[in-house]
Amino acid sequence: MEVETPRVAENTRPEWEEILEESLACVHCGLCLSACPTYRQTGRETSSPRGRIYLMRAAAQGRIEPDGLLAEEAFLCLGCRACETACPAGVRYGRLVELTRSRVRQRGLLPRVERLLLRQLIPRRARLARAFDGLRALQRTRLDALLGSLLPRRLREARALLPAVPPRGQRGMPPEILAPEGPRRGRVGFLAGCVMSELFADVNAATLRVLSRNGFEVVVPPTQGCCGALQAHAGDANFAAELAAHNARVFEAAGVDAVISNSAGCGAAMRDSAGWLADSGRLLADSGRLLADSGSWLAEHARDVSSFLDEQGWRAPLEPLPLRVCYDDPCHLVHAQGVEAAPRRLLQAIPQLELVPHADPGACCGAAGTYNLTQPEMAGAVLDVKLDSLAAADPDVVATGNPGCMMQLAAGLSRRGLRARVKHPVELLDESSGGNVQGAPLYS
Amino acid sequence: MSALLRDLESAVGIGGCLWRPEELLPYECDGLTLGSQQAAAVVLPRSREEVQAVVRACRRHRVSFVPRGAGTGLSGGAVAHAAVVIECSRMDRIREVDAVDRVAVVEPGVVNADLSKAVVHLGLHYAPDPSSQLACTLGGNFAENSGGPHTLKYGATSRHVLGLELVLPDGEVVELGSRTGFATGYDLVGAVVGSEGTLGVVTAGTVRLTAIPEAVETLLAIFPDVVSACRAVTGIIRKGLLPAALEIVDQRTIRAVEASVYAAGLPTDAGAVLLVEIDGPAEDLAGQVEAVRGLCASEGASRVDVARDDAERQRFWRARKGAFGAMGRLAPDLYVHDAVVPRARLPEVLDAVCEIGDRYRLKLSNVFHAGDGNLHPNISFDRRDADELARVLAAGEEILRTCVAAGGVITGEHGVGSEKRDFMGLVFSEDDLDAMRRLRSVFDPDAVCNPDKVLPTPHFCAEANPKARGYDRVPFE
Repeated sequence: MEVETPRVAENTRPEWEEILEESLACVHCGLCLSACPTYRQTGRETSSPRGRIYLMRAAAQGRIEPDGLLAEEAFLCLGCRACETACPAGVRYGRLVELTRSRVRQRGLLPRVERLLLRQLIPRRARLARAFDGLRALQRTRLDALLGSLLPRRLREARALLPAVPPRGQRGMPPEILAPEGPRRGRVGFLAGCVMSELFADVNAATLRVLSRNGFEVVVPPTQGCCGALQAHAGDANFAAELAAHNARVFEAAGVDAVISNSAGCGAAMRDSAGWLADSGRLLADSGRLLADSGSWLAEHARDVSSFLDEQGWRAPLEPLPLRVCYDDPCHLVHAQGVEAAPRRLLQAIPQLELVPHADPGACCGAAGTYNLTQPEMAGAVLDVKLDSLAAADPDVVATGNPGCMMQLAAGLSRRGLRARVKHPVELLDESSGGNVQGAPLYS
Repeated sequence: MSALLRDLESAVGIGGCLWRPEELLPYECDGLTLGSQQAAAVVLPRSREEVQAVVRACRRHRVSFVPRGAGTGLSGGAVAHAAVVIECSRMDRIREVDAVDRVAVVEPGVVNADLSKAVVHLGLHYAPDPSSQLACTLGGNFAENSGGPHTLKYGATSRHVLGLELVLPDGEVVELGSRTGFATGYDLVGAVVGSEGTLGVVTAGTVRLTAIPEAVETLLAIFPDVVSACRAVTGIIRKGLLPAALEIVDQRTIRAVEASVYAAGLPTDAGAVLLVEIDGPAEDLAGQVEAVRGLCASEGASRVDVARDDAERQRFWRARKGAFGAMGRLAPDLYVHDAVVPRARLPEVLDAVCEIGDRYRLKLSNVFHAGDGNLHPNISFDRRDADELARVLAAGEEILRTCVAAGGVITGEHGVGSEKRDFMGLVFSEDDLDAMRRLRSVFDPDAVCNPDKVLPTPHFCAEANPKARGYDRVPFE
C-alpha cells in the first residue's frame, strides 16, 4: 500500500510533550466511539475520544494550532471518561483532556467568569455559605424566579437545576468527630465537599450515620478544603494541585485509615491527585516531603463510601424498604474509579428493595460539573437520552452518588413529569438501617 | 467555499458537512494507521434521501466518495484521497424488528452490539461478533463481510444479511434480496456484502436474528506448544463437535499480556492457550465439555479449566481480548494482520510468521481463530520511525506470501482495502481480477465509489506478480 509521510515536520511543542507521550498509547482502534456521549449525539469523529486524541497529537506535533477546533472539542467533552472503560489500551483520556484544557485558550467571557468562581468562591467555605444564604433569600422571596427570567438562557437553565437551599442550621460542615456504634472497626476521614455541604448536608449526615453504625469512627477535619475536581476539569491544573496538596496534608495528619467521600466527582479527584502532583518537584513547607508523595497518599487512601462499606462488609441490621430502584452510575464512580458492583450489592442487601435495570446506566446524564453552564445544548441532549431510559423503567427512586448527577436527574425527571425521586444510595442505606433516629437537626 | 461544498451543505445541512482542514484531520486514517489520506470533505447524512443528494452532488462535481461507519476497519478501506467521506454514523435507526420472522431492518450506522442489545428481550441476538462489535457499525460489517470469534459456528456477516437497500453511484436506489432469505436469480446481496463500499452506499439492511443459545460453557486449556493446541482443535472438529469459538493465544501473546496491566493469571511458560466455547441446549453441553476436556488432555494439555460462572468466563476471554491492549501498550501503533491458512498447516505457518517477525526485529505475537485457520499476527510499531515502518510493511508482505504458499488467502475478515490491494495478484490471475472489475463496473461504471480500494490497477498487479496463479488452482481445505 502507499505510505505517505506526514507533510508537516514533527515539531513537538515543549509544553505539549506530556500530552504527546500519553496520546501515543492510543492505537486508533475506535472502540471508544460508541461509548462517547458527544460522538453519539453528533456522529462526528472530531467529537469522539479517538478524534480528540488525534487532534491533541497533531497540536503537540505542531500540525495544527491548539486554540482552534481542539480547544472547542476539549470543552465540548463531558469528561465522563466512559471511553476509559471502553479502551483496551488503557489510554488515560481524562488526564489528557485536563492537560489539554490547561494548555488551550478559550474564547469569550464565560470561561473567565467560570475560572473566577472556581478560584474565589467554590474553594472558600465562608464565601460559599454566604452565597447560598443569598440564594436561599432569593428563593424564599420568589425573587429568583423573577430575576431568573431576566437571565440569559443558559443561566436560566442552571437556575432550574438548583434545589431549594436549606436554612443555615441544616447546611455546612458536619461535626468534627463521630464515635462508632458498637466495636470500633477503624477510623476514617470524611471529605464533606462544597456542594454536598451546602445543598446535600442531609446526605452527608446520612453518610456519617451509616459509617458510625458500621463501627467506624468518623473524623471531619474542619481545615479540609475543596477537592479541586471542578478546577482540574476546567483546565486550572496548578490550582487544583494546590487544593489537593492541602487536603492530602490535612487528612494524613488526622491519622485516618481511609478518606471517604460520597461525591463521585470528589472521590475521583482525590484518586487522580497523585497525577496532578506528580509533576511538581516542590517540597511541602512543613514536612520537607515531596508533594508527589503526599498526592499518592491521598490517592491510595481515597474511597467512595459505597466501595469502602462493600470492601469492609456491611454490619448494621437492615429494615425492609419496598421500593423499585434504578441505580444510575455516576461517571466519576464507574469510569473514573471503576466502582460498579459495590453500590448495587449494598442496595440489594436491603430487604424488599428491588433493583430495576434500565438502559445504559453507565452513560453520562449530562451534568458533568459545570458543563450545564458551558454547553447547555449538549447537556440537554445527553440528559434526554438518560430520561428516556429511566422513563421506560419507571422506578420509585433513582439512586446515584454524585451531587451534580442528583441535581441534573431531579430537574430532568420533574421537567418530564416523571414520578421518580432522586436519592443518594447512602440515604436508602441510612433509612433502612434506622434513619435519623434522634430526629434532631442535622448539625447543631 | 467551493461549489462542491455548497452543494454538499445544501444536501445535508450546515451541521452535517465538515470541510475545514482541522475537521478533516481525524478522518485521515481508520483502524489502520500505516498510512494516511486527506479527504475533500466529510458529510453526515441522516437519511437515504440525503445520501442520494450527496452522491448526486459528488457526480456533478466529478468527485469520488467513500462510505464510512465508525472507522474501526483494519485495512484502510474507509479513508478517502481527495474524495468525499460519507459518514453514516447519523443513520443509526433500527427501522423494524420482527420477532416472528426473526429479522431486523437496520440503517448502516447502527452499532453491531446495539442491535443485539435492542432484541435481547425477545431472546434473540445478531450473531456475527467482530472484536470491535461495541463500536463498529453494521454498514461497515456489510462492507467487510465481518467475522468474529463465533464465526466458526454461526458464519460471517454474509450468512446473516437477507436484503439491502443500496444507493448506486448514479444516485438511484435499488433493493436487493428478500427478507425471506430466498433470493430469486443471481445473489446480488452476496456480491455487495464484502464489496468494501465499492459498489454503492448501503442505506439499510435486512438482517437475520438468531436465538440466544440456552447455555454456554467456556473452557481454557493450557498446552506446552502451539502444535499440540492445534492438534486438539483438529481433534475437536474431527469428532464432529461444533464449538461456537476455538481461539488460540500463542506464548508471545501470553507473555505480553501477563507483563501488562491486563494480566489474566496465565502461566508464562505455557506454549499456547486454547479457548473453547460451546453453546446450545443445556442438556447437550455436559457431554461436549467432557469430550473437549478429554481431547485436550490426550493432546498433552497440562490443565483444562471450565468457567464456573460469567465472571470466570470473562476472565478466560481476557487473555484473548487483552492481547490487543497489551500489544498496544508496547508501542504507539498496532498493526493487526489478517490471513487464512488451511487448519492443518497452522503450526508450520505460525513458526514461519514468528521467524519473519524476529528477522525484521519486530514485536510480533499471534492470536488466532484456530477453528477457521484465521491468523491475526499483531505487530507493535511506531509510525514515526520510517525504518521500522518499512520493516513492518516488508514483514507483512512476507507473511502474506507465506500464507498463500501454504494454500491460504490474504484476508479472513479485515478486507483488502488499501492495505492489501497490491497483493491481490498473489491469489488471483489477471483474468480473475478482470472479471471482478467487470462486476464492479456493472454497479459503478466510472469507478467513483471508494476508488483505489480492493482491486489493483492492472499494470501494477502484473509487474508485482507475473506468475499470479488462478484462484481455482489454489488448494483450499
